[in-house]
Amino acid sequence: MIYADNAATTKISDAAKQEALSCMENFWGNPSSLHTPGQKAAEKLFWARQTIAKAIGAEAREIYFTSGGSESDNWAIRAMALAGAKKGKRHIVSTAIEHHAVLHTLKRLEQEGFSITLVPVQQDGIVRTADVASAIREDTALVTVMTANNEIGAIQPIGEIGGICREKKIPLHTDAVQAVGHIPVNVNEMHVDLLSMSAHKFHGPRGVGVLYARRGLPLSNLIDGGAQERGKRAGTENLPAIAGMATALEEACRNMAENAQKEIALRDHLIEGLSEIPHSALNGDKENRLPGNVNFCFEGIEGESLLLLLDAKGIAASSGSACTSGSLDPSHVLLAIGRPHEVAHGSLRLTLSAENTMEDVEEIIGAVKEAVAYLRSMSPVWKALEKGEKEYVIQ
Amino acid sequence: MLYSEKVMDHFMHPRNVGEIENADGVGEVGNAKCGDIMKIYLKIDGGVVTDAKFQTFGCGSAIATSSMATEMIIGKPVEEAANLSNKAVVEALDGLPTHKIHCSVLAEEAVKAALKDYYDKNHIAYDPEAYCTGDCCHCHDEG
Repeated sequence: MIYADNAATTKISDAAKQEALSCMENFWGNPSSLHTPGQKAAEKLFWARQTIAKAIGAEAREIYFTSGGSESDNWAIRAMALAGAKKGKRHIVSTAIEHHAVLHTLKRLEQEGFSITLVPVQQDGIVRTADVASAIREDTALVTVMTANNEIGAIQPIGEIGGICREKKIPLHTDAVQAVGHIPVNVNEMHVDLLSMSAHKFHGPRGVGVLYARRGLPLSNLIDGGAQERGKRAGTENLPAIAGMATALEEACRNMAENAQKEIALRDHLIEGLSEIPHSALNGDKENRLPGNVNFCFEGIEGESLLLLLDAKGIAASSGSACTSGSLDPSHVLLAIGRPHEVAHGSLRLTLSAENTMEDVEEIIGAVKEAVAYLRSMSPVWKALEKGEKEYVIQ
Repeated sequence: MLYSEKVMDHFMHPRNVGEIENADGVGEVGNAKCGDIMKIYLKIDGGVVTDAKFQTFGCGSAIATSSMATEMIIGKPVEEAANLSNKAVVEALDGLPTHKIHCSVLAEEAVKAALKDYYDKNHIAYDPEAYCTGDCCHCHDEG
């Protein structure tokens, strides 16, 4: 089986798995307990906090453990909305291509009386800093822009946006779920005030993540109860998952340059191969994209059937078609970069890891070519395009 | 698994893919914006569907329901083919996930659209209310 869906989740690394198991066996005390087993666990917890803080240029006290990226996004946005509202600021700036954990939280806030500006992105899938800057108002409480997009891998100019926000004294949150462990992320260089990450996107365990919140920010409590996470998110810590995450992140950062170089070579070869398919197009910028991300649209076919055929050939991939999302519309990201509905339905996302090989990529190229040709052979849309009854959207 | 073995069988090995030249009835329903289009071709001889072929743009269940629907109407008198229900297609496929039921509705309507074309060409009277308009985005809401 060739696994090419690493943006969905990654396989846990051996080191992270060993760390989690070791915690279950040797550090099962409650970190809040005063006795020796408890204090051993507390030390392990602090080590994890420090390791993660160091990986993103933060301080240990600025790291809050959560259940994952969605919780971190919800918490960051809601907390800043609450803090803003107290000062009469009820406007939030974001982009059209955010993850649903951000977009749906913003939608909820809109229902609660906040005003939301979703800045559009360009065809390359990248938001322009000037467009974000001009969306900022006197009453803007928060700017939230993702570091890299989960579907098309487009890397956003967070450092530039951070500079603007710093100047205007507006907190900046970034959903860095797809970026952390894959590309350099430093909260100081990026001028970021809040950042979300999720362990299972960098070969750590799932169900665990982090919200980074800069010291001094008015971060409201998420769960009231005990004193865990500085009293802001109560509940006994999931130490095996937390320590596994720290190990995975330390490992991912140590091997980042090497992994990225390898993934970029695989990615570019895959892009080259799939570009040979007639009437196909790469989604997202070719250069400013995550090392392992490939996303294509193929005219005249639908994505879910393509995924099923690839799965039958032993290739695990993903698509932005409506049929795979269970909703009416295809991916909001593909629509935001200007792909029309009928073309957005025919998308394929392949996200590689450093564990993939050139042989995998060759096999994927062959399988996709075959599957696309087969589906086109039974597609009335493709027939109409071939006969000239319809015009190609992708040349 | 998302789909039953029967659905996967009809998706991986679809029956009756293609077109019929000089078909006696052709029907196309759905639209690309919604993500599925089905086109069904019928050969009708002496009031009996002697052959049926399909072309489908859509997900796995759209292809499987087209395949099953064509298989179910071949050899049937047109009146019987016109009564093919989406429920019968779903049952024959050992079920579909709830959010995929609209695909079976599309298959039923594609067959009806092809029969309507046959009736129109041959000036056979029918109840227009019983036949779809060909724009099936509304079908999604029934899922």
